[in-house]
Amino acid sequence: MRSLPELLEGVPITLLLTFCAISAGFALGLLLALGRVYGKKGISYSCIAYLEIFRGTPLLVQLFIIYYGLPNIGIIFSPLLAALLGLSLNSAAYQAEYLRGSIQAIPANQMIAGRTLGMTRFQSIRTIILPQALRISIPAWSNELIYLLKYTSIVVYIQVRDLTFQAKDIAAQSSRYLETFLVVALIYLLFTILFSEIVDRVEKRVRIPGVGLSPRIVKRNMKIPFKT
Amino acid sequence: MILLGINSIINNIPFLLEGLGVTIALTVVSVTLATVFGILLAMGRCYTRQPLPFLIYIYEKVFRGLPLLIIFFLVYFGLSQQGIHIKAFYAAVTGLVLHSTAYQIQIFRSAILAIPEGQQTAAMSLGMSKPKTIFYIILPQVLRLSIPGWSNEFTILLKDTSIAFSIGVVELMARGDAINSMNPSGILHVLLFIALLYFILVFSINKGLNYLEKRYRLSGYEVTAVQ
Amino acid sequence: MHMLEVVDIYKSYGSCEVLKGLSFTVDKDETKVIIGTSGTGKSTLLKCINQLDPPDKGEVWLEGEDITNPSIDLNRIRQKIGFVFQDFNLFNHLTALQNVSIGLEKVKKIEKENAREKALEELRRVGLEKQSCQYPAQLSGGQKQRVGIARALAMDPAIILFDEPTSALDPELIGDVLDVMKNLAGKVAMLIVTHEMGFARNVADEIIFMEGGTIIESGPPEQMFNNPKKERTRQFLGRISTLYGKE
Ligand SMILES: Nc1ncnc2c1ncn2[C@@H]1O[C@H](COP(=O)(O)OP(=O)(O)OP(=O)(O)O)[C@@H](O)[C@H]1O
Ligand SMILES: [Mg+2]
Repeated sequence: MRSLPELLEGVPITLLLTFCAISAGFALGLLLALGRVYGKKGISYSCIAYLEIFRGTPLLVQLFIIYYGLPNIGIIFSPLLAALLGLSLNSAAYQAEYLRGSIQAIPANQMIAGRTLGMTRFQSIRTIILPQALRISIPAWSNELIYLLKYTSIVVYIQVRDLTFQAKDIAAQSSRYLETFLVVALIYLLFTILFSEIVDRVEKRVRIPGVGLSPRIVKRNMKIPFKT
Repeated sequence: MILLGINSIINNIPFLLEGLGVTIALTVVSVTLATVFGILLAMGRCYTRQPLPFLIYIYEKVFRGLPLLIIFFLVYFGLSQQGIHIKAFYAAVTGLVLHSTAYQIQIFRSAILAIPEGQQTAAMSLGMSKPKTIFYIILPQVLRLSIPGWSNEFTILLKDTSIAFSIGVVELMARGDAINSMNPSGILHVLLFIALLYFILVFSINKGLNYLEKRYRLSGYEVTAVQ
Repeated sequence: MHMLEVVDIYKSYGSCEVLKGLSFTVDKDETKVIIGTSGTGKSTLLKCINQLDPPDKGEVWLEGEDITNPSIDLNRIRQKIGFVFQDFNLFNHLTALQNVSIGLEKVKKIEKENAREKALEELRRVGLEKQSCQYPAQLSGGQKQRVGIARALAMDPAIILFDEPTSALDPELIGDVLDVMKNLAGKVAMLIVTHEMGFARNVADEIIFMEGGTIIESGPPEQMFNNPKKERTRQFLGRISTLYGKE
């Protein structure tokens, strides 16, 4: 396969998008989750509205709005920036839902115990609730990571030169669609398997002895395991 | 500006609604097939002898690790390079079903595993054969348990149909793309309108299935499938 | 010919030998009670009898038929052996009535209406016709177990096996279930694993004391309680009656 180097040129972009979006999405998602669980009515409802909107519409439409739509009102992003923004905003909504589930899975008296030690509400959340909740949410989060990696492929439709972009390019030039896409498929598969292995290891590392972590949440986004 | 936008929505409504029709058709056909395959393969994974469960496991691993877009390309362009030409719509259905089935197997399998073993033992002690036990005792409980996970998957599949525009299926997203290339200056409103249409669909599916779940919930019986 | 004849059965799980050559019989309409400490293989024995977990060696004969014979249709055999579980195992998605009628409809192929009639009759027999439309989750433990008994009875079995039917119940609910079983005594053959000594004493035609995978001693209740032949039997019964109280 002579075009392999050309194909691999797209890999850094794909990985960059995945990591940046998962991190930014995590930060925003955490705020959304906390806002939803602990926020006053107004804040809580705004968070819910955000989640519903971003989880209720396709990522592709969101990317199109950011890249093609916003210029109508004078807001212009480069393809890469638009992709980053879209992926992060979208992932934040899903991550917020996982995190909310984990936060609500922590027994209420953990918070009470913190408060009886004289901690403020914020301190209890930060030092008692979150360290536990974050551990619980790792399996769901690993899922989201894989999902995000897979979905970066569609940024090719807002002109980002990621792995899929290179593949399309090469395939069109050589008209060897099958071979090219099989190789790309293999690359994606490699990364998804690698990522889930790594997160698995991490989860085992940070597991709290004796606290049964929820069995692996093998789902695209959480709904059942944290039924509230 | 806003007027222009609203105008471009109104002018394009019939065009967009046609796309919506294709989106719905694509969703319904794919979700139905993926559900049937998902249930069958989940049972295959739980109730048959090796090597079938292992093969199904590999299938799951592979198709949950591949981007849907790449699956579409493989099915549509890859096959046509081999001289097998299928219509874009059917290629999209194939891709969506291959992808969603991999997830649905997991949903149904964890529901199967959540059914206490005693249910099967009790059925057998009445003299029920294995197929009868599965059909009359296990499956009705599995289906109930799977509703939340399944409804989630349903809406994900709906959103995923938008990616089918990549292989030229003229569904809702493709209509938006077409309008974009003809008239980019009013596209924001059109895209927002498209988003609204998707949102309404997702919202109604969620509400409908929530209702279904409540309706078929066994009062007092709370087993949740650990996924 | 005995209704049920167990001939020298053995069963191991891995390297752990649970049943080590057990033989006994149950005759028509006879009630036999098996007692013994926890982990001696009482549940295993019952599962070996209805072939939910077939024995490694030995034979089980039911109404003159060797049911350990591999070519036998087990689904036909199991219809003739009722089973009542310690943890009830009612079908969660079916009402009390449907729990009783499903075997009639789907296994015995009885018409829906007739199956319903028969199921209702069985529920009446265990005092639960009022609860016929409730789901298992809406029933108390004692009620669940009575539905379990009705479900087994409905199939008109030759014999019913009970695996500690009252040990998952609150003390005040045990009586209801035992009453139902007392009423059945003499009308259908029963093989009962239980720790309810008062019940065993009053209802059993014979008591089998099992330990370490073998039968230590068996005999009518009077003999077992008053002059057991084996020292071990005396010890066990002495301990268990201080534990559970004499009736
Ligand atoms: N499926 C199995 N696999 C391995 N070992 C088993 C299995 N079932 C039972 N055993 C073992 O066989 C032995 C007997 O178990 P069994 O359940 O028959 O005892 P039991 O007399 O019914 O006790 P209990 O009064 O507590 O119900 C136990 O030591 C148990 O660990
Ligand atoms: Mg037992």
